[in-house]
Amino acid sequence: MTNSLEIPGGVADGQKASASRVESKARTVALAGNPNSGKSTLFNALTGLRQKVGNYPGVTVERKIGRFYGAHGQAFDLLDLPGMYSLQTRSPDEAVARDVLLGRRDDTPAPDVILCVVDATNLERNLYLVAQLAELGLPLVVALVMIDLAERDGWVINVPELSRRLGCPVVPTVAAQGKGLVELRQAITRQLNGPAPHRATLPPAIEQGVRPVKDVLVCVSDKQPRFPQAEAILLVTGTKEQAVAAPAGVQPALTQARQAIAAAGVDTISATVHARYAWVETIIEHTVRTRRGAEATLSERLDGIFTHKVWGWLVFLGVMAAVFFTIFRVAEVPMDWIEAGQDALNGWIERVMPAGDFRDLLTQGIVAGVGGVVIFLPQILILFFFIGLLEDTGYLARAAFIMDRVMSRVGLHGKSFVPMLSSFACAIPGIMGARTIDNPKDRLVTILVAPLVSCSARLPVYSLMIAVMLPGAYSAWHKAGLMLALYALGLTAAFGMAWLFRKTLFKGERSLLLLEMPPYRRPALRVTLVRMWERASIFLRQAGTVILAISVIIWALSTYPKPADPQATPAQALAHSVAGRLGHVLEPVIAPLGYDWKIGIGIVSSFAAREVFVGTMSVIYSIENGEEDTPALRDALLGEKRADGSGTYTPLVCLSLMVFYVLAMQCLSTVAVVRRETNSWKWPLFQLGYMTLLAWLGAFLVFQGGRLLGFT
Amino acid sequence: MTATNAPTPLAGQPVGQRVEISGFTLPEGVRLRLLEMGLTEGIECRVVRYAPLGDPMEVQVRGYFLSLRTAEAEGVLVATAD
Ligand SMILES: Nc1nc2c(ncn2[C@@H]2O[C@H](COP(=O)(O)OP(=O)(O)O)[C@@H](O)[C@H]2O)c(=O)[nH]1
Repeated sequence: MTNSLEIPGGVADGQKASASRVESKARTVALAGNPNSGKSTLFNALTGLRQKVGNYPGVTVERKIGRFYGAHGQAFDLLDLPGMYSLQTRSPDEAVARDVLLGRRDDTPAPDVILCVVDATNLERNLYLVAQLAELGLPLVVALVMIDLAERDGWVINVPELSRRLGCPVVPTVAAQGKGLVELRQAITRQLNGPAPHRATLPPAIEQGVRPVKDVLVCVSDKQPRFPQAEAILLVTGTKEQAVAAPAGVQPALTQARQAIAAAGVDTISATVHARYAWVETIIEHTVRTRRGAEATLSERLDGIFTHKVWGWLVFLGVMAAVFFTIFRVAEVPMDWIEAGQDALNGWIERVMPAGDFRDLLTQGIVAGVGGVVIFLPQILILFFFIGLLEDTGYLARAAFIMDRVMSRVGLHGKSFVPMLSSFACAIPGIMGARTIDNPKDRLVTILVAPLVSCSARLPVYSLMIAVMLPGAYSAWHKAGLMLALYALGLTAAFGMAWLFRKTLFKGERSLLLLEMPPYRRPALRVTLVRMWERASIFLRQAGTVILAISVIIWALSTYPKPADPQATPAQALAHSVAGRLGHVLEPVIAPLGYDWKIGIGIVSSFAAREVFVGTMSVIYSIENGEEDTPALRDALLGEKRADGSGTYTPLVCLSLMVFYVLAMQCLSTVAVVRRETNSWKWPLFQLGYMTLLAWLGAFLVFQGGRLLGFT
Repeated sequence: MTATNAPTPLAGQPVGQRVEISGFTLPEGVRLRLLEMGLTEGIECRVVRYAPLGDPMEVQVRGYFLSLRTAEAEGVLVATAD
């Protein structure tokens, strides 16, 4: 044991003094593992609630750091890395995991010990990552999770032998039950400055090729690589593209090494992978036995139903219907509470504060702004809960499996279907959910089209316009049919644009689907709830701050400048404000769509958040307490006349307006989230532009086309 | 096992068929990924099922289940066992 530096000298001489020293000298443990191997569960079990969630600067990969204490009370920072299959990375997430492990990132401390999660039910492929991690030469601890499931399935794993052959401690762990955690803490403490694990020997030609590249790496780089050996292996055994991207200084040595290996008749790519797998196979051969024959597992039999040509679709539709029903119906209850709370708060402010701009700022700007975010929280929580549940049970992979054909037809990915589904509630969680797609182009296309799916913020606008377009005489069925058509239009537009982007902007690159089908598992509710809350709080921080700022700005735009006449009605005041003037300025642009300047004000004021449209219309037509289904507002709109005496809100205008809201972005929080997720202003601005244009064109076609066909 | 037949693509193999991987006609990056997921030359795998629309397909390899599109499976050459 060589960790004496970290241990407070004596018990008596200053618990306090040493506490802070230990605290500041916390060692870093990187938690690596295959995706879906039980990493989060272990992370939560080891660190409890002592964790910080953030982002790696410059990329949109989540960074979770938690604190735990070792066998002698010393502090460890546990760094939860994104799930990875290999150090030869394909996705931005994997690249971050690789860079942290290799100590390449300045913003993250290089790990002292690697804790690798290994799924005992999928030992062979999980150990491939261990084989690669071993090449770093860092002390390693293996947490053998899902050992309970492996035992249930009849696998017998000789853990001491596995540990001996890997050359590192292996700790059987069932994190959710707290089993193995003490042993893990001890093993990690012991492994500080411990020996490097054993590793697979690569074919001689490759090992020989690696050496000179490693030497050059040490000399030429301005920043010393922490693991020249591992870096050299990655360069020598990677693809041609990766080799070309290597620093100029190593190019000569690298080219020479790769040529020498090729000359020896060795295919670097497959020889390396083969060598590692051969090493893994030998280990497995000596450590794993099964007590059972190869009968079909329960998961396989369940898949017979869940991916069946008929039952599969029925189950899929049933699951989706259940999710939707809950999002829209069950969420209604807490949403009503939030609305009532907001009204109560505003009522209270209006009672205790004198009338004035400041009070209006509070009620119409801040409370309304915050309320506008919080109102979506129930739907978003439910959505994240379901997504977590689907992930943890393993159904999500099946849904992606049966949907991939449909999605790939339009240039999306099997995994795009979750973001698209989420977008029916709100585009923001949808766009955040696109992180699971590892191909950057698939992910970008998904992000670009997700806001075309009708989110729940469009509902108030749809409801109002449908009520105006189909008053009285029409039955609820007509209205529901029209509503459905609007949703279908949004979805069609999303698929159509995805197809178009794939054919134009993101041509060429073929996307890859390699989807692991995990066995069905009983979800651990606690894990699902914790994850739901983590994701929701990111949403709150993201959207909350932006929406708050924007609502204040929009409030100011529609309040100032004030009319000179203090007796002016709210409608007159609005017409006088910046927003009102913008409505006039916009009139020539929107006249071809059938809109007048008042609708222009509605569009301007709802530029940041589309649901504001209804509220603005209520102000314009001086309706107290405007609600989407208030007959008062509907009748006011129906009674509105143009200069020539004809009605402003003809059915055609209503339809044109609905099409506009189906297709237009009208949501600055989404813009802000896309900016963060793509890490540039280019894509959110492009998205804002193309959607606005699309909306204008769509509305133009409806209105002008409808008139040509003789509709009004 | 002894693989007897000439290499054919993995795509289109009947459900339940056991095959041995014999090579790839795929771009380097894709090939590397498939190899690292365990589809190495010489390994035996089993065709588990096709998705309801015929694509992607699911195979069992090294004790776990993996789905891949038939576009990629076209480039995975296998020999069928008898
Ligand atoms: N039976 C069992 N289930 C586990 C164990 N560890 C994790 N799980 C479950 O496996 C699923 C995936 O775990 P998670 O921690 O989300 O994996 P991650 O994607 O790697 O972070 C969850 O449903 C967990 O409840 C374990 O040791 N035993």
